Amino acid sequence: MKDNSRRGFMGKAFGGVGAVGAVASLFAMKKSWDPLPSVKAAGFTTLDMSNYNENEVITEKWRGKPVFVLKYTPEMTAKLDEKQKERTIVIDGSHYMVNIALCTHLGCIPSYEKDNKKFLCACHGGMYDFTGAVTKSPPPRGLDIPPFKIDGNTLVLGEEGTEYKFMKENGITL
Amino acid sequence: MAHFTKATSIKDWLNQRLAIEKVEKVLASEYWIPKNINFLWAMGMILVITFVLLLVSGIFLLMYYQPNVDTAFDSVNYTIMREVGFGWLWRHVHGVAASVVFLIIYIHMFTGIYYGSYKKGREMIWISGMLLFIAFSTEAFSGYMLPWGQMSYWAGMVITNLFAGGSLHADGLVEWIRGDYVPAQAFLTRFFMLHVLLVPLAIIGLIGLHFGALRIPHVNNQDGEEIDFDEESKKYLAGDKAGSKVIRFANDFMAKDMMVVGFYLVFFFYLVFYHYGFAMDPVNFDPADGLKTPAHIYPEWYFLWSYEILRPFSTDVGLMAFAFAQGIFVFLPFLDRSPNAVPASRRGLFKYWFWAMLVDMIALTAMGKLPPEGIFSTIGLVAALGFIGLWIALPIITYFEKKA
Amino acid sequence: MKELFILVVVTVFTLVTYYLVEPFAHANLHKHVESEAFAYADLAAVTKTGDANRGKELVMGAGACTGCHSINVAGVSAPMDAVSSAAAYGVNPPDLSNAGVVYDEKFLNALIKNPAHTLVVEHTFDADKGEMHPMIPFYGAGGDIDQEVADMVTYLQSIAVSQEELTPAMAFENACGRCHGVKYEKWTQIGTKGTFQHKRDELAFDIQVLDYKDSLKAYMGKLPPDLSMYIRSRGEHYISTFIENPQSYLEGTSMPRVGVSAQTAEKVIEYLEDSGDTKRHEREEVGKYVMIYIIIFALFALLWKKQVWRDLH
Repeated sequence: MKDNSRRGFMGKAFGGVGAVGAVASLFAMKKSWDPLPSVKAAGFTTLDMSNYNENEVITEKWRGKPVFVLKYTPEMTAKLDEKQKERTIVIDGSHYMVNIALCTHLGCIPSYEKDNKKFLCACHGGMYDFTGAVTKSPPPRGLDIPPFKIDGNTLVLGEEGTEYKFMKENGITL
Repeated sequence: MAHFTKATSIKDWLNQRLAIEKVEKVLASEYWIPKNINFLWAMGMILVITFVLLLVSGIFLLMYYQPNVDTAFDSVNYTIMREVGFGWLWRHVHGVAASVVFLIIYIHMFTGIYYGSYKKGREMIWISGMLLFIAFSTEAFSGYMLPWGQMSYWAGMVITNLFAGGSLHADGLVEWIRGDYVPAQAFLTRFFMLHVLLVPLAIIGLIGLHFGALRIPHVNNQDGEEIDFDEESKKYLAGDKAGSKVIRFANDFMAKDMMVVGFYLVFFFYLVFYHYGFAMDPVNFDPADGLKTPAHIYPEWYFLWSYEILRPFSTDVGLMAFAFAQGIFVFLPFLDRSPNAVPASRRGLFKYWFWAMLVDMIALTAMGKLPPEGIFSTIGLVAALGFIGLWIALPIITYFEKKA
Repeated sequence: MKELFILVVVTVFTLVTYYLVEPFAHANLHKHVESEAFAYADLAAVTKTGDANRGKELVMGAGACTGCHSINVAGVSAPMDAVSSAAAYGVNPPDLSNAGVVYDEKFLNALIKNPAHTLVVEHTFDADKGEMHPMIPFYGAGGDIDQEVADMVTYLQSIAVSQEELTPAMAFENACGRCHGVKYEKWTQIGTKGTFQHKRDELAFDIQVLDYKDSLKAYMGKLPPDLSMYIRSRGEHYISTFIENPQSYLEGTSMPRVGVSAQTAEKVIEYLEDSGDTKRHEREEVGKYVMIYIIIFALFALLWKKQVWRDLH
């Protein structure tokens, strides 16, 4: 009887040791499935905002997607209404539009008309103003704003700063 | 050690070592099947044959397919479709079989529901079958990623997004599944692994379990009659084949199965050569482009009913309804409270439940592909609510069902 | 009998589901455009009978066609190579050797007089805003302009190969191939990519293609897609009606109406089938034999079942 329970105990103990190994290997398996460091490193794009010229659209890349950066001229800034202000990012006194460069209709890349200060999507004629807000359908909403964090004079895409969280909570971007 | 004698023949030699005669009896000649069955009982064999077709065509596709985001599309559409001898045949067989296998699975499932083949004693047959359904769904989805066309990419994007759990915003989980922020190389290679190794292994194991689960309760029959298999098999072996209610698995049952398989293959190869379009979506012949979404994103037809349950609701409710739809079929043996293992036609309200469920799922399937606008989205909402309502009603109507 | 009834039930439900998810759903998902049989009904009919000799003089002289276009069969080579042409005009102007057979007669007549209108690209080339289409309209050489245009078209028809001699590849390369690549046929916008002995020669060719594509992209707004698999991704009906008038599917697209004749369109389709559905003939051929075999297989299965079950009933 005593022997039996001892044998039963050792069996369970052996099973327990085995389970520890199994769980430990599960941990390794989970880690193998994680995004690679190279992939993660490519997930953040740091932009030095002093490099941009006024009223000139530069296309940056973030997580495989194109991102428009547009620095406003003082006239453009002066013209902003409340709605447009909400979409605008202010860094070091300058105003910028930083939007994912994909038309929210079917994902074509709109082009910027410097003189008219608007974005036109050639695919189906969608239009956006220079802040990325939609002015002519078919696009269902303005251009999406990528997660960003303002850090001094640089902008980190991929991190959620307070300004971005505010935009998201107020439904300015998805 | 067992005692071995000098073998008198190859068969005898094998028999002493592997007991092949006994194995043959257990698996074939004395594995007893009810005689009172119809062609719907051959769906299992059709599924086995279709699985073999998938396996064989898959092996040949695997020899030229390249799981790399830059070359995957061309390795399929150029190398396999244009260069490899009969490569186009393997691909069309594989694509059509992947679609048709679900048609047969659904017929097989609804046969089981109609004849009550999940009742007392047969629960494990049903449960293992539903696990197979999940495994086949995973296999189909992972396989759909591989040609790396537009529908592969965007279906991959949309379906993996579901794991964010709506308001839970489990973006980390989504990224973990993808191995990247968007479907990319890591995503393609891991789904390739799932498609050609892990899931097929699981399927083969589950097929073993499904067959094993049939052994003790035996196959059901057209009238839900309880048969004394010992008695009836004795009758058969004594020579009263016509009077016995059972038949041998081989060759009796097998002969009928193969007849149905024969007719099925005529249908199948007609689809492969002359009507393959339904199984190979045109959109997927555009290479994957993360910068351009297709005008309409929809899953293959066999996922449409559960996809439609997701759509008419807000994100969170939709996800819950979707999870409900995915899981609920497994619990059928326990939700059906009636002990009657007879065809639905003899089961009072359940009869209406069966046809209502079938029609409802077809309605969901149809609406799942259509754009969610106007009347289509209303029908979709009604059908989705109907689906949930029918499952809630099931335990109640079956509880009050009279004993047949 | 009961089994037959069950079979009917299963078949009916299967067909209903099929109908709903395939023909019905696709009719609702995609716009259907009826073919106009390449009639170009909006363009004026040709009333004059042209004279090839006078046409030749106009084409080579006052018409100023050869300022941009080559006519290889007549010994007129292009003033610039494809890449420089694209840099200058946005796209390489076509060689006119076979224009007379590739394009519709009515279309050519209208095109010479008013390119932007005939090509249906006035939304991208708005003359009022000073956005001129790179092809300059022919304003007449002093006589009856309709007669002069008819003469030029007749000349182009006289130098072109016959409809029978026009191969699918010739049709495609002339009408579509200056904007669209077809990777699976090794076709690039500047010609067929051959094999190269030296890596640097290959790279030099690739750079030329890239330069050409850059000009084209600036000209069209986006790079026109590679058409290798279009026969499978779009299908014959879509492609054929799209070529007739791209605006009917994609309003505002910068792709012009190319103005091919109905026969040329068929050849373009054939070219795309050779690219994206190369094994179609083999598939039909093998399909026949497999169907015959599988019916015999089913018959034998039936006979075997009958024999086995004779004792069981």
